[in-house]
Amino acid sequence: MTSADINRSAAGSSLPPNGVGESVPIKAIRLRHPWRIVFAVLLLLAVAVFVIDAAQRPAYDWPSVGKYLFDRRISEAAFVTLQLTVLSMIIAILLGVALAIMRLSPNPVVASIAWFYLWIFRGTPVYVQLVFWGLIAVIYQTIDIGVPFTEPWLSVPTNVALSAFWISVIGLSLNEAAYMAEIVRAGLLSVDPGQEEAAKALGMSWMQTMRRVIVPQAMRVIIPPTGNEVISMLKTTSLVTAVPFSFDLYNRSRDISAETFNPVPMLIVASIWYLFFTSILMVGQYFLEKRFARGVGERRPTGKGDGGGTLTGTAPGVSGTERPTVIFPQRSGNGGGSMT
Amino acid sequence: MTNTYSSGSAATDVPMVLADCVSKSFGTNQVLKSISLEVKRGEVMCLVGPSGSGKSTFLRCINHLEVLSAGRLSVDGRLIGYREAHGKLYEMAPKEAAKQRRDIGMVFQRFNLFPHMTALENVMEAPLQVKGEPKAKVRQRALDLLDRVGLADRADYYPAHLSGGQQQRVAIARALAMEPKLMLFDEPTSALDPELVGEVLDVMKELAKSGMTMIVVTHEMGFAREVADSLVFMDGGVVVESGDPREVLSNPQHQRTQAFLSKVL
Repeated sequence: MTSADINRSAAGSSLPPNGVGESVPIKAIRLRHPWRIVFAVLLLLAVAVFVIDAAQRPAYDWPSVGKYLFDRRISEAAFVTLQLTVLSMIIAILLGVALAIMRLSPNPVVASIAWFYLWIFRGTPVYVQLVFWGLIAVIYQTIDIGVPFTEPWLSVPTNVALSAFWISVIGLSLNEAAYMAEIVRAGLLSVDPGQEEAAKALGMSWMQTMRRVIVPQAMRVIIPPTGNEVISMLKTTSLVTAVPFSFDLYNRSRDISAETFNPVPMLIVASIWYLFFTSILMVGQYFLEKRFARGVGERRPTGKGDGGGTLTGTAPGVSGTERPTVIFPQRSGNGGGSMT
Repeated sequence: MTNTYSSGSAATDVPMVLADCVSKSFGTNQVLKSISLEVKRGEVMCLVGPSGSGKSTFLRCINHLEVLSAGRLSVDGRLIGYREAHGKLYEMAPKEAAKQRRDIGMVFQRFNLFPHMTALENVMEAPLQVKGEPKAKVRQRALDLLDRVGLADRADYYPAHLSGGQQQRVAIARALAMEPKLMLFDEPTSALDPELVGEVLDVMKELAKSGMTMIVVTHEMGFAREVADSLVFMDGGVVVESGDPREVLSNPQHQRTQAFLSKVL
């Protein structure tokens, strides 16, 4: 083959249409990227130096990390943190959906109240809110059930009715609900209005339209940021010390280090547990996203997974295959479309 | 008003659609100005006219996707969106309005298929959810309908994997699955590649032949000439001219109709 051959196939002017002539493969020297290798090696060296140093540094006290990682008190505290996260998120999502629907309501009073709730709970720090909730037994000594301004039917002291754990759950979930409301609202608004119209035209009720048509499509938009919120919530639980509640992962490990006078290994222990939970959550998010990507972004009708990650960076294993050195020109203008 | 509107259906002499001085405004913009027309049982009516003439709005009023500002509109002898009792009109609750829409199929310009459901699931959705019919029966009817629109082999495809023409045919099957007595088509071929228009029109022709009452907003004059029983030309929110499609198309009386047709034919 000569360079003239390549020119001929590239220009194509002398060829009959539809590539009747032989399509000649391109053979070219691959472009080298030497700096990529240099940077990679430098970074790997830096990481190696840090790891070797950290392994030997006494302050990290790795034996203590190993000793406390599966300490009964720590694993129990990890379970408490998980409970705080799950309960708070469930309440926050339910309340968030309600607030989102309220904000979209045609009733101006309902919409304004939802807006006001968001204004308060997004506008103040969660730490401050948790301190407030911790003082609830001081502000409202009893919880009364009955007709307002009359003798209550039932009156319970607040500090009896609500433990520090539940006050933490309330504080965390009411704050989170404000953020969830915005996420849900954005999701609902992202669905094409034509969808609601089509559902209406088929005689579906508002509830059916929401449940069967709008929400399943909104989920695609709602899930990625909600995954972020769950992970964020897992970490925010460490603030419940403001209530004060101290049986969660972070506060428990702080208490232990107060006894051992050795804070660093306990911080590492807590971090390892947090990382363990967030990793599991990320896997869960990946599968949820796949579930709600039905009909979008797949190539085959049967929905057999082609590993194509969806919206966020949780997609696993991008297969880094070798770049082709030889590129074949495409045959006769076939764009490879699947339409028939 | 006479009581033709509130009297029950079934009587064959009652027109399928009866519009009496229908007006519709969006704010200060009056889109429909006192439209009166009648569509008989089994009739195929084509609504044509320039964009902004109000033909789509009128269509959407028929199944209460838009609320009338003035006038009366009834389908199969029953007032749309209102109940009449003791000489007064009562606005319908959303549930009642939804019930009325069951009998009126609608096909949209942009298909509006549910993207998270397969073609088959799209067709099955409303009969299952709205009418609560048994699944096996609905499934069989849905498959038959998909076969009727020539898409039996695409039942398990998601809308994203279908061409525009195929999507629109699924949308027609979806509307037919509710066994409507009236079908509304809102520019069903306007969003399609030219080569895909024919397959949708063929399905609509077949449907017209089967005796379905249809109101079609369209720019396909060939379809109007061949299939429609009547043609209504609208402009500026009023009916400018109406009559037999072959007559109106070949011998338009009104100047505005002539100008419009000279551009589209």
